[in-house]
Amino acid sequence: MTQAVELPGWAALTVAVLLLSGAGLTLVGAVGLLRLKTFYERVHAPTLGTTLGIGCVLLASMLFFSLVQTRFILHEILIAVLVVITTPVTLMLLTRAALYRDQIEGTGAVPLPLHLSRGRNIDNQ
Amino acid sequence: MKHLLRHPLFALLLLIAWLLLMESVSPGAVLLGSLLALGGSWALASLALPRARLRRLAVLPGLMRDVLVEVVRSNNAVARIILNPKGGTTRRSGFVRIPLDMRDPYGLAALACILTATPGTVWAEYDAEEGTMLLHVLDLIDEAEWVFIVKQKWEQRLMEIFE
Amino acid sequence: MSAVVLGWAVFLAPFLLVAAMGCATFRLLRGPRAQDRVLALDTLYVIAAMLLLVFGIRTGSSLYFEAALLITLIGFVATAALSKFLMRGEVIE
Repeated sequence: MTQAVELPGWAALTVAVLLLSGAGLTLVGAVGLLRLKTFYERVHAPTLGTTLGIGCVLLASMLFFSLVQTRFILHEILIAVLVVITTPVTLMLLTRAALYRDQIEGTGAVPLPLHLSRGRNIDNQ
Repeated sequence: MKHLLRHPLFALLLLIAWLLLMESVSPGAVLLGSLLALGGSWALASLALPRARLRRLAVLPGLMRDVLVEVVRSNNAVARIILNPKGGTTRRSGFVRIPLDMRDPYGLAALACILTATPGTVWAEYDAEEGTMLLHVLDLIDEAEWVFIVKQKWEQRLMEIFE
Repeated sequence: MSAVVLGWAVFLAPFLLVAAMGCATFRLLRGPRAQDRVLALDTLYVIAAMLLLVFGIRTGSSLYFEAALLITLIGFVATAALSKFLMRGEVIE
């Protein structure tokens, strides 16, 4: 908390706004995880936190440490790149797993894979 | 030289990542990072990936800007949907099957990442035979509109870069 | 004045993030299906990384950055492995 005093006014304000909006967006996403009705709707909710949410916090951290240590601190970019690459991959894997399970169980809420809806499997038998 | 450094771009990115992590550009850090980058590119070469052809990189900055704008816009839209007190009795979400013309695996991966990273849409499935993909949309108003958006806004420019 | 604002932001942001963790934990315990729990766990990892970054700003120490980096990495591997498991019932095919 001692470092905060050394920051110029505009920087402190920007860091504060970025931090609170990032945390706020993540909270909204987590609330969506609670409120939305089906799994496929809930998949969309955490993306709020993993895109703009963590983006805002990383920007705040970069700005804060760059000003406090009076040199460019850029290593937050590593986390940003990591999150940008990994989040879509995990969400896609998870959605495909859920889709696969629902298709196997035949709950009717999800579309069948194309080769099944074309009836190729029936022809083969 | 070609055998020494199979994936120069990947090696360069690894070196940059290492230097960022070390927070220094001292000779020792550069040397160690270069060795790491070399080893990493060899490891990648042993996976024998299909070669990526990047064309018309001039499209890339505009594309990245549009992705950023789209992420901010859809963050706002999804936050409104979640905080809507009515709890979405009028909203409809569902799957859309979209026919794609793009066949390049890297282009498809980029499209999947863009669509999944923007809140409100998730890439669910790709059928390689028919070349169609399944997209789940949180706020689905018109299926044809989504087909149009994906093809016009993203697929066209990704095809310019990758094919 | 602005230092006070930053102090408050750094004080409040962890509360928002912990509330978000609470929501995710509720979904983790409640389910109803395995994929819901995995999704909640993935969200927890990301929020934990953000919490560490905020603590880093609060204490002015860059040590927290490395912990946040590691948590994002571990979270990715864990979720990918769990998704794979849900799909086929085994992680390595």
